[in-house]
Amino acid sequence: MNERCCTEFSRSSLLRRAAAEAGSGLPAIEPGMPVPAGTGLDRRSFLARSAGLALAVYGAGTLRLPGLEEGIARAATGRPILVSVFMAGGTDSLSLLFPHADPEYRTLRPKLALPDSGLTFAEDARLRWHPAATAFEALHREGKLAVAPAVGYADADQSHFTSRHYWEVGATNAGLRTGWLGRYLDRAGEPDNPLQGLSLDDELAPSLAAARVPVSALRGADQYSFGSHNVWGEVESRMLEAIGALGGGAGTAGDPARAQAGAIATQADQLRRQLQPFRVKGPDGNRFGSPVAYPRHRSAFPQRLAGLAAMISAGLPLHCVALNAYGMYDTHSEQPAALAAGLQVTGDSLLAFQRDLEARGVGDRVLTLVWSEFGRRAKENGSNGTDHGAAGIAFLMGTRVRGRLLGEFPGLGGGLDRQGNLRATTDFRTLYSSLLEQWLATDAAAVIPGAGSYGRIPLLR
Amino acid sequence: MAARRSPQPALPVFRGLFGPAEAERLLWRAGFGPRRGEAKRLAALGPRQAVLALTRPGREHFVGPAPHDEGGRPLAPYDAWGHDHVWWLDRMVRTSRPLVERMTLVWHDWFATSNDGVGSQKLMLNQNATLRRFWLGSFEKLLMSVTVDPAMLLWLNGNRNEKRAPNENYARELMELFTLGAKRGYSEADVREQARALTGFRNDYRRGVGPVEFRYETARHDERLKEVFGNVGRWTWRDACQLCVRHRLHPSFLVEKLWRSFVPTAPPPATRRALERLYVGSRFGTRPVVEAILRHPDLYEGPRMVKSPVVFTAGMLRAAGRGIDTTAWSWLNGLAGQQLFHPPSVAGWDDERWLDTASFLARWQTAGTLLKPAALDPKVAAPFDAPKLVERALGYWGRPTMSSSTQRALLGFAERSLADARATPWKRQQYPAMVENALRHLIAVSPDLQTA
Repeated sequence: MNERCCTEFSRSSLLRRAAAEAGSGLPAIEPGMPVPAGTGLDRRSFLARSAGLALAVYGAGTLRLPGLEEGIARAATGRPILVSVFMAGGTDSLSLLFPHADPEYRTLRPKLALPDSGLTFAEDARLRWHPAATAFEALHREGKLAVAPAVGYADADQSHFTSRHYWEVGATNAGLRTGWLGRYLDRAGEPDNPLQGLSLDDELAPSLAAARVPVSALRGADQYSFGSHNVWGEVESRMLEAIGALGGGAGTAGDPARAQAGAIATQADQLRRQLQPFRVKGPDGNRFGSPVAYPRHRSAFPQRLAGLAAMISAGLPLHCVALNAYGMYDTHSEQPAALAAGLQVTGDSLLAFQRDLEARGVGDRVLTLVWSEFGRRAKENGSNGTDHGAAGIAFLMGTRVRGRLLGEFPGLGGGLDRQGNLRATTDFRTLYSSLLEQWLATDAAAVIPGAGSYGRIPLLR
Repeated sequence: MAARRSPQPALPVFRGLFGPAEAERLLWRAGFGPRRGEAKRLAALGPRQAVLALTRPGREHFVGPAPHDEGGRPLAPYDAWGHDHVWWLDRMVRTSRPLVERMTLVWHDWFATSNDGVGSQKLMLNQNATLRRFWLGSFEKLLMSVTVDPAMLLWLNGNRNEKRAPNENYARELMELFTLGAKRGYSEADVREQARALTGFRNDYRRGVGPVEFRYETARHDERLKEVFGNVGRWTWRDACQLCVRHRLHPSFLVEKLWRSFVPTAPPPATRRALERLYVGSRFGTRPVVEAILRHPDLYEGPRMVKSPVVFTAGMLRAAGRGIDTTAWSWLNGLAGQQLFHPPSVAGWDDERWLDTASFLARWQTAGTLLKPAALDPKVAAPFDAPKLVERALGYWGRPTMSSSTQRALLGFAERSLADARATPWKRQQYPAMVENALRHLIAVSPDLQTA
């Protein structure tokens, strides 16, 4: 997969991993590349016992960990939740929702143009959904998916790293170090509840990087289990009980280190029991007691969404959540197979998530934003793929969403800029400002620089 | 009336019974635990010779199979992610000179440099070779070598420290973390003056290669007078190091920090003063200090210490006689909180806080990864006898010293599991081997094996 995407893309993800200590003598890998928001934030591991989660907490500053524990237990739980899903690499919007009836389409895409899928789009007769995008089509038909077919910003930067950075920080400013959701939480969040900004990943999503309040990262709610090879059944149950018993004896031994090691074994045993609810199997063998079936797929994405629905349903104080969609969308070559695989798993997982939330009775509390750092060039390249473009596609999903067209599709005739890239009809800051005001009930001007200069669109029913 | 006892000597040595349990503790504190039978062999030497065998070892040789990755390929420690970690772990597992590796780890924690800021496994391994070369040598020479080490120059911005734009990063840590301790005997003015003394290093960047050509350029060095700790002169980087090592508060800092690497309790004041005299008297040599610590009664009679994730893992591999055949130890140790060449900050790892519920799970997984290839097949018979199963599982780990409470917990587990099986023929056949597998795993995470 790596050889098929451009080197800049893999390098920027490497840099995100490597640049742990911002500016400590690290030479910029590419001069001018922005430092990712949240880089260098203090990170501590922490077990939120009240929530039953092993969290990596970021930016808690001088707050002691017991304070965070109390904060989570006390935090407000009824707030609306915004979930941000990132499709990494620059999704080809001209395939995801393709201009079937645009006369230029087959000229620009002689090899990649898709045949009529029959998956029509009500508000624009020119458009068709990609054959692997059946889930998006169904959600839109039900009025639960708003679609911005040409979203971006003027003079789009075609670097993955820079354009993604702009979207993450909510401004075309390479120097900003806080994410747009992080700044919102700094304003409206709590000083001691790291679950209010949750990254379902090994590391913090830059959009959640806050300056003042703690936020967190979690690999999965079901990651706390103790197995052993060739040990099962009753013996396994006895073994798990024995972990706690190992701690019991050591507490009386009088040696501080031995007592500590024993106490931790006992705590680990208690935590394992507390986390049992997140490992309950539902119908169809789903984890997290999900009432619906998620796609069976090796990637973490479907199960992360399933775990997220279970956490929301369990009343954990989540507020802004970020995770990465399945798929590699930087399709410079052999696009058809890679794109179809990504869209199918991502769409089906999102549909299952939406159905799950509704079945659990929490659908009205959750709105999901799906985005990518840019779209792709209208004209295909010589490798059965497409290069970096400008405007791309974004979705809003939820029962409270006004599931209509946002902005318009500008067409391939007059809608391309001088470089042959799609022009944006909706600025991403219009989307963010509208979300902040209408969904999160906050003043967008306090979060998005120059929010007043971008329009607003009604997003909710 | 009994003869008057001589006063307690300033540097007492352990004169109690030096049996396998004491030798086992010495091997954990000054190395990575015993191989099978090693504790007994070391105990036979007596306490003095046992310490000297560690501090003055013979030529290095490696015991056990050569390391490779999961595909059977040789390790690529300069290039492949995680291979640097297992390359060093392999030395810890196979070396005949465990204290060399242990001291290298002490210095890595002391001069904590992270590849997160260096960005070159090769430069990190070069630094590692420097730390190993000075393992029990002169601290002053070690400090000077570290000061000009390319990885350190990158990590603490020594390469950007020039006379027109001094960078205080290294100067501050030189005193705060490496030689004197926070707020001990230096001022903010000393930080600024030391930074000027340390100016002059630089390097180039070559596209596709990274940092190259580390060098000292007198044109970038600030040649004017500096005042450091009240001494005025045209100090250079050498003087900056020497002024720290000769500072009156340096010996106590070094002795205390070195002591804490081996013993969890504070040194008695008389011992600390005697160790300081030993250190200064040997012109800042660390061998006599470490030898005295390793012979001190507090090491053998005092409380236990929690093993770090890397020490725990290397020790399990040594006990099980397994070499490096996977790079999984790199991420497993990372999950447990200790990825080599990636300390959390320039202050190193927090040795007081190795254990929490998250790192406990990581240690369980580490032990599971170690046990898996040799796990018993439940279809192969094992004795239907709880004490025998416990005995066999302890044998797997080379019969480490176990507390009676842990032994009771293990036996209770085995008895209950066999009772579950008593009435069902297939369970009677299959449960014993499963119980033995589980016992091996439980022993590995028991408070006895997590500490030494």
